[in-house]
Amino acid sequence: MRQPPRVPVRRVDLMQYGAVATPALNLSHGGILYLDKVTVSFDGFKALDGLSFYVDDGELRCVIGPNGAGKTTMMDVITGKTRPDKGTVSFGRTIDLLRLSEPEIAQAGIGRKFQKPTVFEQHTVFENLELAMHTNKSVWPSLLAKLTGEQRDRIDELLLTIGLAAQRHLRAGLLAHGQKQWLEIGMLLMQRPRLLLVDEPVAGMSGLETELTAQLLSSLAGKHTVVVVEHDMEFVRSIARKVTVLHEGRVLAEGSMDKVQNDPNVIEVYLGA
Amino acid sequence: MQRDRGGTAVLILLAIGILLVLILNLALPESSALHLSTYTVTLWGKYLCYALLALAVDLIWGYCGIMSLGHGAFFALGGYAMGMYLMRQIGDRGVYGHSVLPDFMVFLNWKELPWYWYGFDQFWFAMAMVVLVPGTLALVFGWLAFRSRVTGVYLAIITQAMTYALMLAFFRNDMGFGGNNGLTDFKDIFGINLQADSTRVAFFIASALALGLGYVTCRYVVNSKLGRVVVAIRDAEDRTRFLGYKVDRYKLWLFVLSAVLAGIAGALYVPQVGIINPSEFSPLNSIEIVIWVAVGGRGTLYGAIVGAILVNYAKTFFTTALPEVWLFALGALFVLVTLFLPQGVVALFRRKQEPA
Repeated sequence: MRQPPRVPVRRVDLMQYGAVATPALNLSHGGILYLDKVTVSFDGFKALDGLSFYVDDGELRCVIGPNGAGKTTMMDVITGKTRPDKGTVSFGRTIDLLRLSEPEIAQAGIGRKFQKPTVFEQHTVFENLELAMHTNKSVWPSLLAKLTGEQRDRIDELLLTIGLAAQRHLRAGLLAHGQKQWLEIGMLLMQRPRLLLVDEPVAGMSGLETELTAQLLSSLAGKHTVVVVEHDMEFVRSIARKVTVLHEGRVLAEGSMDKVQNDPNVIEVYLGA
Repeated sequence: MQRDRGGTAVLILLAIGILLVLILNLALPESSALHLSTYTVTLWGKYLCYALLALAVDLIWGYCGIMSLGHGAFFALGGYAMGMYLMRQIGDRGVYGHSVLPDFMVFLNWKELPWYWYGFDQFWFAMAMVVLVPGTLALVFGWLAFRSRVTGVYLAIITQAMTYALMLAFFRNDMGFGGNNGLTDFKDIFGINLQADSTRVAFFIASALALGLGYVTCRYVVNSKLGRVVVAIRDAEDRTRFLGYKVDRYKLWLFVLSAVLAGIAGALYVPQVGIINPSEFSPLNSIEIVIWVAVGGRGTLYGAIVGAILVNYAKTFFTTALPEVWLFALGALFVLVTLFLPQGVVALFRRKQEPA
């Protein structure tokens, strides 16, 4: 039943899904995401403990760390799902993410892929992408919205990119696991985000699917900024230029894959030496 | 637009119903064997009002997953607004013959009309209130609930509390809505006798038209992109939020629309049954509406209409033939449908390959 996503027939210029300038987004210092001394505690347990984390514009960053290191909590803080007790979080130099709601953060240009693939199962693949599309998302415009030819073309092209053109009218609930992951990445791209937060994109994927996902994410970097949380070390090695290791809510090490792998602290945490 | 066979069937049946009533009730003499009694016409007019109410509940429950167990309150408020207009139309023909005050106020020794009864002698004002009062209550209630992200069972419970609180309030004589007797003894509308056959037929037709229009409105909404967003909220609320949709605004919009439809249903219901009293706010009534929708088929719109008519037809039958059995029958129906027909009765008529 399960089939790998079709290899994209042609290389689509991903620039057209990218970068819609957010007016207030100020990248003058080259950084797109700043977390400064962020602390989150749940009933006394510190999920994030004074975490400081910076990402440059156009970077492809991988975040790794053992279970409970605070990776998902960090994503929750950035996307507005969890409010930190202390610290500051900003998008560019000027957009204070702690003042925005989840939808406002999404509209500012931060897209998120969940750990468990979350697509709208009762909607078709096409409708999923339509719902994700970067457009006016207020109530009344949605009531009257009609897809323009240009918008249809954009969805069609993205369907090719994520290899789901043949499944466009299939209900998303009927897709294979890997296909759902790809659909969700596609939904992210439709949002035209500046920053993509991708939580475990290759969980449950076959080897070929993993390889294609690595290709896709690598091709996105530059035009977008991508932060990937992943457990699969092979995958991380294949895409990462810079890796951040989280441990107990703090940054344990940061740098190239080789550097962090030889870091004595990292070896201790991972191998318990 | 997808083909909507169930909806087309409903609209055609409504048109046939209007024609049949016109011919069989008004055109045929009473002596004819085919004559349709005015009692039956009004009974079906009542069913159609219930169907509109069920449609309103299906819109939010079936498509957005908001289970309201308080929709009877919006229905009753629309009914009260209509009732207040009809009360003011009685004029000095009441038992006490007061030119302005309704009988119950004279009985309570009130000297003047409370401020909130002002304007209800005007039809347009009363009709505006039919829409505005349920709509405003839904707006305030929904704003508080959805902003705090109250969902599921908790929302269902507070909607029950809402309708229960309103019931207790309306039972009080001091509220100025006739206490437990409610509003009744209506005489006429636009100077035309409410009991006349032609008025009854007119109300039946108005109910059928309201139901048809309500159906077309709801279908337009659920087929729009807004409808797809709403289903997305039902299936994966967080995902929708992270795509940039303000989920609470969507819920609120739909909830208010649903409350307004319920209010209109109530306004059409009251002149046909001739009374509105606080028992319409009873939590049990609101639960029954949800059962109609579940029996008919949730998330289809036409299923809600079928369910409301089916259950109420059965209710009329049972409460006349075997009154003590009715509640057991209703309970059994709900259990059986949930177990064996989770898609509702309309699933029986749907072609197999069609997706649920």
